[in-house]
Amino acid sequence: MAGSIPASATASPARRPHIGPWQEAWRRFRKHKLAVASAVVLMLLILSVLLGPLFWKVPIDDIDFGAMLQGPSVDHPLGTDDLGQDLLARVLYGGRISLAVGFTAMMVAVGLGILVGSTAGMAGGKVDAALMWLTDLFLSLPQLPLLLLIIYLFRETLKGIVGPEMGVFILIVSVIGAFNWMPVARLVRAQFFSLREKEFVEAARALGASRMRLVIRHILPNALGPVIVAATIDIAAAIIAESTLSFLGLGFPPDVPTWGRLLFDAKDNLDFAPHWALAPGLAIFLTVVSINFVGDGLRDALDPRRVQ
Amino acid sequence: MLQYLTRRLLIAIPSLLGISIILFTVLALAPGDPFEELATNPAIPPDVRAHLRASLGMDDPVHIRYIAWLTSMLHGEWGYSFVSRIPVDQLILQRLPTTIAVIGSSQILALCIALPVGVYAATRPYSIFDQIANTLAFVGFSLPTFFTGLLLILLFSIHLGWLPFVFRTDIEATGFQWWWEMFKQSIMPIMVLGLFQGAAWTRYVRSAVLDVIRLDHVTTARSKGLSEPRITIRHVVRNAMIPVVTLVALQMPSVFGGAIVTEQIFRVPGIGSLLITAILSNDTPVIMGVTFVFACLVIFFNLVADLLYGWLDPRISYR
Repeated sequence: MAGSIPASATASPARRPHIGPWQEAWRRFRKHKLAVASAVVLMLLILSVLLGPLFWKVPIDDIDFGAMLQGPSVDHPLGTDDLGQDLLARVLYGGRISLAVGFTAMMVAVGLGILVGSTAGMAGGKVDAALMWLTDLFLSLPQLPLLLLIIYLFRETLKGIVGPEMGVFILIVSVIGAFNWMPVARLVRAQFFSLREKEFVEAARALGASRMRLVIRHILPNALGPVIVAATIDIAAAIIAESTLSFLGLGFPPDVPTWGRLLFDAKDNLDFAPHWALAPGLAIFLTVVSINFVGDGLRDALDPRRVQ
Repeated sequence: MLQYLTRRLLIAIPSLLGISIILFTVLALAPGDPFEELATNPAIPPDVRAHLRASLGMDDPVHIRYIAWLTSMLHGEWGYSFVSRIPVDQLILQRLPTTIAVIGSSQILALCIALPVGVYAATRPYSIFDQIANTLAFVGFSLPTFFTGLLLILLFSIHLGWLPFVFRTDIEATGFQWWWEMFKQSIMPIMVLGLFQGAAWTRYVRSAVLDVIRLDHVTTARSKGLSEPRITIRHVVRNAMIPVVTLVALQMPSVFGGAIVTEQIFRVPGIGSLLITAILSNDTPVIMGVTFVFACLVIFFNLVADLLYGWLDPRISYR
């Protein structure tokens, strides 16, 4: 081995252009056809949710009793609900909330996970044991009942402080985040345990890098691959959690049409207005399935153990 | 094995205590005063209210309140429902069998899907069957339970008219007819939960089997001339089940989440729908009780997983 390294090190850069780790990951991601297709679908969904309301200017709460429970038509491409409100506008608006909740809750979960995981991974010993006990404890909590309990107990107070929509948003995002950090924490801890013994970390330590610098500059960037994959899956989980809460009638206030809330309203009219339930349901499904496929593609792309 | 079981039981106690602490903290931090009604009632002077608080121990330090709460929970004094005035433990016991039956049969259904499909896909990796199974599994666990439930109702109850979509407890028929009606109304709730779990487990089984199938002992078994089905069942699947059991145990909380949603959609009278009705009618003792029962169920299933572990991998129970 020692003899072959100098030869290849001098020969290969001349023959092919330099490929960085991100280009390498992109090359591997492209091989997963479904993941690429899902990434396109996801982009389209995000774009239409962000930009759609700029083009489709029908207000979400425009009540029209002349057009109640209508199927898809030119005026209302996705039909109307029992108050004659336009469903396309409501689905687009709901998408903004669902995606915002998904991304923000993911940030909370990943932030908490990295914090707990890196603390446990750097400290080791008793701190590590205690934090891992906490992680296992959180993993065995019944999440949905607790989520419902917390929202039931704290909703009114937060509503009073920051207003009904913002209050519920903060509450839902922080609670969903607080119940989803455990996988990330475990991943980060495992990565830290293997990375902190590596030579480059040793070298940085020998050069006098502080603990903080070791973590932020040297260990964390190398532990990021699996975390990105877990974060993607977390977005999907958060979107499902928020829709579940709204579907049970315990999420956002009734006048905020999130996807789950639309399904909740639609479920009693299934027999004569199936279009009402199908549009938001398909929106949730498409978002979640494409996020999951993108996560799968990212796993292929970012997992260094699977070099092909 | 007995020693192993006792050890696992002893380990479960701190987790239960931890969960009870979290539950109590949430309650203690929650705003709102149970004597709010008395505060707005002009006929009751404030010092009577203060007296009441003191006599119920509400002004005691937090840890004393926690211990008092825990001992009464352990004694089975779970309080009375605000709405129906029935003791909470009775209310829960009435509804628990339904929930257990629905969850149990859906888990069996999930197992019946995941095991054969996952194993077959892993023995032929990257074949057409594997790719189709993998894609369907992704679709399956990306479909949220509440949407599958509505789709099934739309198809089987409204479009085809085959199955009832409201779960009834007052079926008048007896004997065989009763069982048939029960079966018909249970199909959809069980399918919703079972398909979701089955999809997730298929992927676990597949990747676990793929990991084991490359190991040396499988090659040895093959070189001894054992038949392929025998190798798969005796030498691969049993070993592959060990990581699968871990993942399944980790999934238990989300299974109960799914059960709550399913019970709510099909109006199955289990503890999940009890929880939702209790929340919508501010019935705090019931909410507390049901949440605690869910926590206990999760711990119980983790114990079952530990036992399965000891059976699948005898080394674990001797460690």
